[in-house]
Amino acid sequence: MRYLPKSPGERIEMLQQIGAGSIDDLFSTIPQEYRLERDLNVPRQMAESEIVDYFRHAALKNAAGYTSFLGAGAYRHYRPVVIDSLVQRGEFLTSYTPYQAEITQGTLQAIFEFQTMICELTGMDIANASMYDGSTGAAESVSMAVRVTHRTGVLVARTVHPEYREVMHTYAQHQGLEAETLSFGDDGRLDLAALEQRVTEETACVLVQSPNFFGVIEDIPAIAEIVHKKGALLIVSIAEAISLGVVRPPVEADIVSMEAQSFGVALSYGGPYCGVIAAKEKYLRQMPGRLVGETIDTQGRRGFVLTLSTREQHIRREKATSNICTNQALVALMATIFLVVYGKEGMRELALHNLAKADYAAKQFSSIGGARLLFATAPRFHEFVLETAETPEQMNTKLLKQKVIGGLPLSRWYPELGNASLWCTTELNTREQIDHAVSLLQLDSEEAFTRA
Amino acid sequence: MATTTQDLAASKLFEGVRHKVQSHLTQNEALVFEKSSPGKKAYKMPPLDVPAVDPQSLLGEAARADLGLMPELSEIEIIRHFTRLSTWNYAIDLGMYPLGSCTMKYNPRVNEFVARLEGIAEAHPYQPESLSQGALEVIRLLKSCLLDITGMDTITLQPAAGAHGEFTGILLVRAYHQSKGNPRHKIIIPDSAHGTNPATAAICGYQVENLRSNSLGMVDVEQLERIVTEDTAALMLTNPSTIGVFESEIHKIADILHAKGALLYMDGANMNALVGKTRPGDFGVDVMHLNLHKTFSTPHGGGGPGSGPVAAKKILEPFLPTPVVVEGNLGADGRRLLRLDYDRPQSVGRVRMFYGNFGMFVRALAYIMANGPDGLRQTTEDAVLNANYIRKNLEDVYELPYRTPTLHEVVFSDRRQTQKGVKTGDIAKRLIDYGFHPYTTSFPLIVPGALMIEPTESESKEELDLFIDAMRQIAREAEENPELVLNAPHATRISRLDETRAARNPILRYTPPADKPR
Repeated sequence: MRYLPKSPGERIEMLQQIGAGSIDDLFSTIPQEYRLERDLNVPRQMAESEIVDYFRHAALKNAAGYTSFLGAGAYRHYRPVVIDSLVQRGEFLTSYTPYQAEITQGTLQAIFEFQTMICELTGMDIANASMYDGSTGAAESVSMAVRVTHRTGVLVARTVHPEYREVMHTYAQHQGLEAETLSFGDDGRLDLAALEQRVTEETACVLVQSPNFFGVIEDIPAIAEIVHKKGALLIVSIAEAISLGVVRPPVEADIVSMEAQSFGVALSYGGPYCGVIAAKEKYLRQMPGRLVGETIDTQGRRGFVLTLSTREQHIRREKATSNICTNQALVALMATIFLVVYGKEGMRELALHNLAKADYAAKQFSSIGGARLLFATAPRFHEFVLETAETPEQMNTKLLKQKVIGGLPLSRWYPELGNASLWCTTELNTREQIDHAVSLLQLDSEEAFTRA
Repeated sequence: MATTTQDLAASKLFEGVRHKVQSHLTQNEALVFEKSSPGKKAYKMPPLDVPAVDPQSLLGEAARADLGLMPELSEIEIIRHFTRLSTWNYAIDLGMYPLGSCTMKYNPRVNEFVARLEGIAEAHPYQPESLSQGALEVIRLLKSCLLDITGMDTITLQPAAGAHGEFTGILLVRAYHQSKGNPRHKIIIPDSAHGTNPATAAICGYQVENLRSNSLGMVDVEQLERIVTEDTAALMLTNPSTIGVFESEIHKIADILHAKGALLYMDGANMNALVGKTRPGDFGVDVMHLNLHKTFSTPHGGGGPGSGPVAAKKILEPFLPTPVVVEGNLGADGRRLLRLDYDRPQSVGRVRMFYGNFGMFVRALAYIMANGPDGLRQTTEDAVLNANYIRKNLEDVYELPYRTPTLHEVVFSDRRQTQKGVKTGDIAKRLIDYGFHPYTTSFPLIVPGALMIEPTESESKEELDLFIDAMRQIAREAEENPELVLNAPHATRISRLDETRAARNPILRYTPPADKPR
């Protein structure tokens, strides 16, 4: 076996030194009746070339070479090549959680830079070293708000990603939390009147997403005012982090839970991604996850350490702020490199490209016969909801024949929206792609018109 | 009286010889914010091929004014920045990383290669199922491998890490009891357990009942029998335990639980000691998690990402998180197409969006394929051989609190060294000077001053001998020159850091100095 650095002779020599007659002597504590006496039923040992072939073959059965208009919490952006070349350095890839600060300063300083940039982008004071993803981050933010306020009411906007809401519900169900959803108005934004009515002195927090699941930017200052009047906390979830290049940060929020996948992380069929929680400094002690802090060594030199671990499970056990241990450090490093590559001007330019593409695409797609842009009056980032005469499934079947993946049908989560689908364009969608997809649908609606 | 040469030598304090390493230069490197200068760029956008927009008119009040202190650097500076930082890290690629319980084994490079193939890395989680058959087949094949390895009936790959797997597993336990009319109130956890176990039980709404280990460091079966009641939901057991010992009475433990209707949860953090040799499903475990980043070689990456599949017996299948990959209609090639099933009314719900850390599934499957059944068994055997070799060669200089035979890791105590004021943490720091990453310190809690050593199968005899040599020399230093150990490390870029200062006055982000406005 090519990963094992021992010759048969060395194995025998080592066994002799130990004083064992055979390797099975070392497994003698396993009762005989539970020992596996057969080979495992897994693929036989394969050559590297065969492994590559297997996965190449599998990759070909996925959608390679398609134009895609999918977003909805997982976004296709350009990934600068320096990201993979740097994160594949063994010193980053094959290192562990930086408990031994003297020999993990590389990881620690990079996380400190990550925390700083997340604060800067979100307008918060503190940020942790990462969470699993945006959905679990949102769920953990809710638990955090419950610990801060000692209240149990949770209000969640229906415009939060439906899968985030499902995860939040899974987390909340055994913690005695009462979670209720808040409806949205004709503009696709949280219904402020409903919020005003529902938020009470029992409400621990209100969870909203901006840009929300429909791509619409919520009125965070107005929401914050209503939420704070009752002493509840406002949690803002951000699924499309690129938006922060051009959208005002949610500075009025108490906690921001972000999915950083857009910062240079491959789609990879849904993971690994990179959640992160940022917050106002006063909530520091209730923050889950790892935190890196600056300090000095015995000679007074600057260095970084994992800090405030008394919040964490390995110290506090059942009284910890969360059970999280492993996080997404390497993915956070990808995000860090991405942010440094684009930097102050690039983040804005990149976001502007996304904004412009979606503005163009929304106009073009809504010009198709029988199509209409929903929530057209509210500001959007790079996603839009299209209502069409035929079902999104019918539309997509036609597009797929031309190697185009159309918008995501919304009826699964929002049956009241009828034939609505969620479309996304990023800087990677060319005008040609947009025009081509529009022409395919246009042609189709004209034919339908002629036939009628 | 004249001093002899011999006396001089004897008076010189012992300082070991570092066979594995010597010092070399490392580059200094500031924070990116300190290197930033306005107008530098490392990116170039293509020309905008659609009409430009005015953010103010599109977004109104929601438009952003500026991006504060986000850095501005060129590409070469970025490459140097992160390359320099990387050289400050220790890594498996540099040498032995014997962190007990963490299983720092070799991370094969083919895993990284295949995870980056276009059709895999670029797959969108919502792309049509008909265009996701490759991804779904990877999921199905990995599931079937993990089921045979664990001897269980059903599995979910959705949890993102070990602790997330524990959370999912205990939710399954809860749903199972709930379906019988009563979720029960207590989870029993041995005092040798990982901190994630009690933390998990708490977030699932359970009270934690502590189970003291017996004099062998194992589950006290009689004590267990006394405390298990019809209000016990489950026992969370790590097997082999955190001291590396296989719970020989595991089936008796399972029987005691099952007699009261309780379930046996196994923390699979140490599954790398069992693969191909025995199966949890055969010895009475009802539900368990695996750590793909431990047993199945996916990289730790400085703390993540992980992946924590949960395998379970048939009785828990109805409660698995949604969606579940199932066979659907016949495809064009006459084979059944795979699809995602969301219609599972008894499910505990989702624990994560989409389907889990798919990129880690790809890596773990590539690892299983590279090994095959023979390689997986040999891997387990070598991991156990290495740990026992270390045990044999260090047990005369470090105290072995439990003499029970161990599998993949060995836990010593610093009892002898503390007589000179040297603690496990000090020995660990001195190990850095010898070119090794420290072992796990001060865990498990049942061993005062624990040195928890897990070499994994990835170490050659040569590397093990160097480690043993270093540990023996440090033991002598501790005896004859304790100051040397107490002030270690001496050879690193920075010395011990002031952790109290970091916690008392937390500085968690960079702030520009007053004379350098943003």
